[in-house]
Amino acid sequence: MTTETKKYSATEDLAGLYTSNIALFESGSPEFMNAARKPAMEEFLRQGIPTRKQENYKYSDLQEIFNRDYHVYPSYVAREMQLNQVFKCDVPELDTNLVLIVNGWYYHQNKELNLPEGVIIDSLSKIASEKPELVEKYYSKLAKTNEDPLAALNTMLAKDGLFIYIPDGVVIEKPIQVINLLHSKEDSFATQRNLFVAGKNSQAKVVFCDHTLTSHHFLSNNLTEVFIEENANFDLYNLQNQHNQSGNLCSVFVSQERSSTSVVNTASLHGGLVRNNLKVELKGEYAEANLFGIALADSDQHIDSFTYVDHMVANCRSNQIFKNVLDEQATGGFTGRIHVQRDAQQTNAFQRNSNVLIHDDARMRTKPQLVIDADDVKCSHGATVGRIDEEALFYLKSRGINDKEARLMLMLAFTHEVIQEIRIDALRERLDDLVEKRFRGEISHCHNCMYHCC
Amino acid sequence: MLKIKDLHVKIDGKEILKGINLEIKPGEVHAIMGPNGSGKSTLANVLAGREDYEVTKGKVSFGGEDIFEMAPDERAKNGLFLSFQYPVEIPGVSMVNFMKTAVNEHRKHKGLKPFTAGEFLKFMREKKELVQLNSDLANRSVNEGFSGGEKKRAEIFQMAMLEPKLSILDETDSGLDIDALKTVATGVNALKTTENSTIVVTHYQRLLDYIVPDYVHVLYKGRIVKSAGKELALELEEKGYDWIKKENGDS
Repeated sequence: MTTETKKYSATEDLAGLYTSNIALFESGSPEFMNAARKPAMEEFLRQGIPTRKQENYKYSDLQEIFNRDYHVYPSYVAREMQLNQVFKCDVPELDTNLVLIVNGWYYHQNKELNLPEGVIIDSLSKIASEKPELVEKYYSKLAKTNEDPLAALNTMLAKDGLFIYIPDGVVIEKPIQVINLLHSKEDSFATQRNLFVAGKNSQAKVVFCDHTLTSHHFLSNNLTEVFIEENANFDLYNLQNQHNQSGNLCSVFVSQERSSTSVVNTASLHGGLVRNNLKVELKGEYAEANLFGIALADSDQHIDSFTYVDHMVANCRSNQIFKNVLDEQATGGFTGRIHVQRDAQQTNAFQRNSNVLIHDDARMRTKPQLVIDADDVKCSHGATVGRIDEEALFYLKSRGINDKEARLMLMLAFTHEVIQEIRIDALRERLDDLVEKRFRGEISHCHNCMYHCC
Repeated sequence: MLKIKDLHVKIDGKEILKGINLEIKPGEVHAIMGPNGSGKSTLANVLAGREDYEVTKGKVSFGGEDIFEMAPDERAKNGLFLSFQYPVEIPGVSMVNFMKTAVNEHRKHKGLKPFTAGEFLKFMREKKELVQLNSDLANRSVNEGFSGGEKKRAEIFQMAMLEPKLSILDETDSGLDIDALKTVATGVNALKTTENSTIVVTHYQRLLDYIVPDYVHVLYKGRIVKSAGKELALELEEKGYDWIKKENGDS
């Protein structure tokens, strides 16, 4: 295991970082991952780090966050400390299959999990090398490097991350909890690549918890591809709680076969700049996608969600609710694209984006986009940006509830609509609690780790 | 209980109340009637503390204290209750949680210990029976998807929970059929004691068949132009508001 790290400064150097260290990046990766790097690099160079000039990044300029000296880890750096001890998730009653990921790499001292036969929850790098036949047919099939520069960048540099494979018919009762830790002695850039496959008739729930354990500047480019086969049920919860000196770029690509159901629910509580890309391809009839997002931002946080639901076949259903609460100088963006293809008759697509600005200086930009090429569909979308409802506020106050508590009640009600969609009881309750603490201005750390860096 | 002296109120620069004088003593029921636009709802809302109103002149004391020195929640905790003409729907806030918070704020104000969950549920059950509220409404989000009648009944339920000294019923009869009206009135009467007072704001005499007032005041163009006993309501029903308008120089 090497501990070599490489530095870069100018954004253009990212491609150079790869071309001058090809051997290092290729080392330990299977042929199909390495074969994807050069085309990805060319795509990344062509598209560049996103600025507002790119249509899909109209609300987020990523230049600034990339324009910093970060260390990059083309090889796994073995942590000397026992992260299993440093990190103990304190969500009560949350009994999970716990996996730690450090700076994008599968932690070498992850405990062995007690899993149903045939289930794999392991390092992507390891499984891709040992059982390429399981990985190759899926790898980079959803994350198209020519469509998104972050996907290109990730594919160029990808080394490790989490691989989950659930065989046909297997139900994993306990949620799989993936703790993405950023932990470093210097400002760092982490690349994480995940691949999840949920076989026919299988069921699983995955919870991502993003944390920063040191106060350095971090930038993470996290990409997950999820394949949900026929009649499978797959939930992905994403709890984003990095500190405000970090940039969290998180892309999730989902494909769904016939009669499958997905939930992707993202809660962003902290993070300097958060960009969530979420693309769902509904490929089999009667598939259902449920996408939810709640973001709370203050100071000069920026949170931008981009969703793209592609109804490729008939009789599918998609449901999206995204909400933002922005205080102080926080800024937010939402772009929600729904594409109903020509033969996707009887599509039922719903989308709503609701935003509350608490402070005069907060800004929200929202853009729903509906492209409908079929003629017998039911689609609706709506976006609102407003202040707290003064009528409701007066009503609560007129019953003896003070201004502060009344506002809090309304904010919690606003966020709860998204949180109630979480299908893991302990997580849902904890998130309600975290959100309330966040609104009360109390520390909303999710765990009792020794670092309080948010 | 409540003393209003020469109250003048503006909304968006327009004077709506032009010198109201009214005194309400413990145990009394006052009806405030008047044609549309006479300022009835303005009076109700300004007493409850709605912010869109500008008090330009006059004084209102409630329990001996200047009401305008109190925030809306303080007025409520001191015993003022407004039953809204249009109760607000608040999705995501459950009626139970809302009432628990409100009741415990009131208890804190009185120096009492907050109710435990069990105590609160028992208290709520009693009050629900008292005003004949079916259990379903309390389990839903505040007023969300309630029918007109349900909303008004939920208001009376809240009144029962908060045990106010002075209740202002703002057009509680609007939009109610006769059965719903009777249920609401029965609730209000069940809550009546010799200590608490009620102001019934209404356009029609109908509600006053069920909630019998001690005094009836007619509000017209921002002033109380007539005050008498309950017989005044019947006279108004018979003659209509044109009579009042003529007497005040309009036709």
